[in-house]
Parts: sequence; C-alpha cells; structure tokens
Amino acid sequence: MARKISIRQAINEAIDQEMQRDPTVVVMGEDIVGGTGAPGEADAWGGVLGVTKGLYAKHGNRLMDTPLSESAYIGAAIGAATCGLRPIAELMFIDFMGVCLDEIFNQAAKFRYMFGGKAQTPIVIRAMCGAGFRAAAQHSQMLTPVFAHIPGLKVVCPSNAYDAKGLLIQSIRDNDPVIFLEHKNLYGHESEVPEESYAIPFAEANIVREGKHATIVTYGQTVHRSVEAANVLAREGVECDVIDLRTLSPIDMDTVLESVENTGRLVCVDEANPRCSIAADVSAVVAQEAFDALKAPIRMVTAPHTPVPFSPALEDLYVPSVDAITGAVRRIMGGERKAA
Amino acid sequence: MHEKITPIVMPKWGLTMKEGTLSAWHVAEGQTIAPGQEIMDVETDKIANAVEAADGGLLRRRVAQVGQVYPVKSLLGVMAPADVPDAEIDTYVSGFKVPISAEDEEEEAAVYRFVETPSGRIRYAQRSGEGAPVLFIHGFGGDLNNWLFNIDALSGSGPVFALDLPGHGGSTKAIAKLGLDALVATVVEFMNALKLSGAHLVGHSMGGAVAGLVAIQEPKLVRSLTLISPAGLGQEINAKYIDGFVASESRRDLKPVLQYLFANAELVSRAMVEDLLKYKRLDGVQAALRDLAAALFKEGRQERNLAEDLARLKLPIQVIWGAKDAIIPAAHAKALPNARVEIIDAAGHMAQMEAANRVNDLIKAQMAR
Repeated sequence: MARKISIRQAINEAIDQEMQRDPTVVVMGEDIVGGTGAPGEADAWGGVLGVTKGLYAKHGNRLMDTPLSESAYIGAAIGAATCGLRPIAELMFIDFMGVCLDEIFNQAAKFRYMFGGKAQTPIVIRAMCGAGFRAAAQHSQMLTPVFAHIPGLKVVCPSNAYDAKGLLIQSIRDNDPVIFLEHKNLYGHESEVPEESYAIPFAEANIVREGKHATIVTYGQTVHRSVEAANVLAREGVECDVIDLRTLSPIDMDTVLESVENTGRLVCVDEANPRCSIAADVSAVVAQEAFDALKAPIRMVTAPHTPVPFSPALEDLYVPSVDAITGAVRRIMGGERKAA
Repeated sequence: MHEKITPIVMPKWGLTMKEGTLSAWHVAEGQTIAPGQEIMDVETDKIANAVEAADGGLLRRRVAQVGQVYPVKSLLGVMAPADVPDAEIDTYVSGFKVPISAEDEEEEAAVYRFVETPSGRIRYAQRSGEGAPVLFIHGFGGDLNNWLFNIDALSGSGPVFALDLPGHGGSTKAIAKLGLDALVATVVEFMNALKLSGAHLVGHSMGGAVAGLVAIQEPKLVRSLTLISPAGLGQEINAKYIDGFVASESRRDLKPVLQYLFANAELVSRAMVEDLLKYKRLDGVQAALRDLAAALFKEGRQERNLAEDLARLKLPIQVIWGAKDAIIPAAHAKALPNARVEIIDAAGHMAQMEAANRVNDLIKAQMAR
C-alpha cells in the first residue's frame, strides 16, 4: 500500500470507482465538466479546483454541468435521489448553501422520517469549506455546525486522502443525505491510499496519535495543526491523544469519552466559529458524561466569532494555530482541579 | 582500521518501517557479543521485538540512547576488537552516514510484487538468495506482513517468498467459493507461475493447513513443512476469535479480539488494529472472510483434519506452537507423532512475531536438514 495520492486524487478516484461499480451514481454541479455547453474533455475543467477532472472522459453524460442556480440543481439532485439515482451534487463552496438550504434541511433531511421510512434520499452534497485560501468571508467558512445541528443529515469532513476516499465511498453508498465537506487547503495533502475500493464507517473517529496527559479533539485542517502541537508538547513531556472525528454527524463520542477518561484533560479544536460549534458540542457532552474524570477545565480553541477576514495577516490569525493549541494544552496541564 | 569496526544499526521490519525507538540495551560496553545474541529491544509504532546480533564482536560503544527514536539503518552501536583505539571509534561514529544507496536498494527489494494466476492477481514479497526457496503462507485474516520479522532474516538461507492468499492483503478478493481447496489451488498456481518447486513451506494457522495440503496434493513442489500453530490437526478453534474478527468493524471491537493472538496482549498496537481495519474495509473482504470462516471454522470447529494424510508424507515436518496459543490449542501438535515439535513458552498464536528469532532459527535448522 505504498502508493501516496492527494485528497484531490482520492476524491476523484472514489467517484470514478463508484461510477464504475454502480450505474445509478451521477454527478452534477457548476463547472464540474467544463461550463455549460462545453463540448468535451479538452474544455473540461473538472470543477473550480479540478477535483472531477478526467471523469467526463470516462463517464460522459453521467456528469452534468448545471446552470448557476443552486436551488434548482440541488433540488433536482434530491428529487433524483428519491427516484432511484445516487447523485453527487457539487455545491462548490459550502458558503452558497443559503440559496438551497430549504431543499437540504427542510426536504431531504426529513423525507425518510416523514414518510415512515418509505422514502430514502441517497444524495451526497460535496462542497469546499474552510479558511486559509485567501478567498474572503463568503468563500471560507467552516459551516459544519449548521449541518450537524439538523437531524436527518450526515456530515463528513476528512483530514487526509485515505479517509477522503473511504468516507466518500461510504457517503455515496449511504441511503441518507450526506454533506461531504472538503477543506480547500488540504486538496494537495498526500497519504497512502489503497487502489482498491473501501468504505470507512461513519461515527468511527481516528486516533491519530496516542498520549496519556491530554486529549485533543478536532477534524479537518486543524487535525494537522493539532498533531504538530502534540509533537511540540511531547518534547516538553506532555503526551496527547489526538482524535480526528472524521464525521461530525453521526459523531463518535465513545472514543472521545474513553480518551478523556484516560487523560482527564480535553482541548477541543474547531475551525468553526465558537458559538454552537462542534467544539462546544463535544465539550458539553464530555462535561455531562465524564465530569468526574476531568482534572482541569475543558478548553476550546476555535476561530473568533467574526467573519473570515480577507487580510492575509488577519486570516492567518483566524484559524486555530499550533501555538494556540499548545497554549491551551499547557494551560490545563498546570493546575490539577481540586477535589470538591 | 575501519574494516575492523562493525556497526550495529537500526533494523528495518517490513515495508513501512521508517524509524524505531530503542527501548533497551541488553549488552554493556566492553561485553563480547555472540552472533544471534539478543542485544537490544526496538519498538516501532506497529510492534516491539528483540534484535539479534547479525555479527559477533566486542561492544565498544553504545551510540544510541534508550528511549530515543532513530531512523532505519542509523548507527546504534559499534563493535571492534580491543586493539582499535577509542579515537578511531570516535572518528567512525562522527563520520557515520546512514547509507542512502543501500536504503534505495532495500526499498527496491521491499516493494510488493504481483503475479497473475488463473485464480486472479496475487501479491507477494520476494528476497533473492541461493538454494531451495522458502514460501511463507499466512493465516486467516493475515497477510504477508505477518512475516515481517522472518522474511529478511531468512534471506541468507535461500530465496524467500511470502504471498497474500486470495481474499487477503493485496491479492484478489474475487474468488467464488472461497474455501481451503481454493486457497490450495491458488498457492499451487502461484508456485507454478514463479517456478517454485522443492520449496520449504512455512504455514501459519490456516496457512499451515494450506501448506500441508499443497504437500499432500503436489509433493514434488515441497521439500519440507514448518507448521506454526497450524489448523487441520484437531477440532477446536476459538470461535470468539474467528467470529469476532469477522464481525468487528471498529477499533473498539477489534482490539480485544486481536489480543487473543498474543501471549503479551500489549503487542496489539493502535497501528496494528488500524492496519487490519484498513484491510477489512476493502470491498470484498468481509464476504471473503465470512465465506472462509463458514467453510473452515463453523461454530468453533475445524472442518478438515489433515493429520493422517500428513503423517503419510515422506518429508520432514516441523510443528511450532506457542504454549499460550488462545486460538488453536498447542495440544493439537500431538496429532503428528513423527513430526519435530517445538513448543515455545512465551508465545501465543503468533509465534513468528512474538518469538521471531527462535522461529527463524527453527526454520533455518529445518532447511538445513
């Protein structure tokens, strides 16, 4: 398994392999082929960052460029899903969800429930998320909490190529609507990926690094910063568990609780804004379920409660940094919580 | 004077090892090391093991510190006769460079290979050598990396091959009616494809039964058998392990199941569990494992008993069993009264990993017979 590929290639490969395996898988979105009416491969961009490049040549009309109308094509994809296709709809930037949110949260998310299990909506909505790409406030948000809040949606945000391929295949095979968020800063990130198809089950967090002193829970881009922080801390004698949640809904709280029961300390790192975030959610569950195990207060390291700045200097300060994470861990390593 | 100086370097276990932690020294400076002596313990993110000296000599310098991480092939210690001055050893240590070209060659050798057989694509590893070949056959749910401590250790004794059985590792997952006979047929095809005959077969667990059947069906292909905790010699097999292994989809479920494999349960690392989950997630694997388990080990009983057929074979058979085997009881070794039987006290079902050096010596001895 020595082959290394990027997240961009892993996503492309997952879509390609599922399209070969299952003729009901179709792809639709803006510019995923080459812009509306584009004649073919020579003109095929494969999406704004080239993720679906090459798929049009292999699968032809099963990839469809749509007009610049999210509410129309996300609605069409959801309708197609209820009628037997497995559409992968690319929303380009998750920040554009506003114009098609009704179809997602008030329709797709509720069909299975409202029709007593007789309807299923096997759609994957792929979209880019996250800051650090100099794309300003309207193209840089980490909106995982918005979707994780809604029952009936599954929310995935991989941090590496192995997970991206396996989680996307799982998402395509899943019979519920899945919001699949790709961090645009990580597309080039490479790791070892099997050539064969495989599916990673949802709600199975990945323990990226093991340690006994503190637990860092995170997902997406900040997984790499957390591992870097853990490496810095290890040189100071502080060993951290780093947990990559991989899926935010469903969420693997068992792994988090098990880890906190061992370490007694928790830092939640989340690129989303702090209010009602994944970090806040994990903190609340741990406070409720594992309070007696805690030796120090839980810390959250998140973006500030502001839009993503366009100024590069400010944007660099916006995303939780390695220093912010090490600082948070050091702070809770200091004082042991006194027994009541 | 450098020709009198012998370096002790960080070993490379398996394809993916890049670095290891020195967890203990077993020899002090000034002690004489015999070849084959256990000189240190090394730990990787996957496994821990004792390292045997490849060469003998006087240990002059322990370069590596316990608890530190060192890249593969980096200098851990220096052996030299007493007449080499300390200053020369200092020069040697400070001038030592991790041999880059040798590492490339090793990467080359460590690459997985594939061969097309009538049963499909089979992945294998190969090390060149002189003489009769050795072929390693792993057990249920395993792959060729189960032999990470054995493949390189035996490469001095002959050409070494280790394959992934169908449904396993990087080999084809698409075989209808996966059962013992399909596995045996594939191994025979594999040996024919690579022109291996008169081979020393080393089979572990289910792979032991496969090796035995290859010898029974195609005696010309086989020169000797080394069976490590083999299936096929008795009825009992731990259903909790077989069924648990097949059913587990998460780290939490799989880890306690894997602990049955080892006498020392701490050997089951996060990386080992994760690697097995990565294998189990591949398309087709769950179906293959279910088919195999149903065909071979239904409800904790082994379907096939090969003892009588094996006893009739006119080739040397060696049976190695970990006394603490919690999957297949070591008492099954008694089913082959004419075989050479070695029971290893400190090992469980995975003696080739837990007592690698001892198992390597036993295989070498078997090859020399």
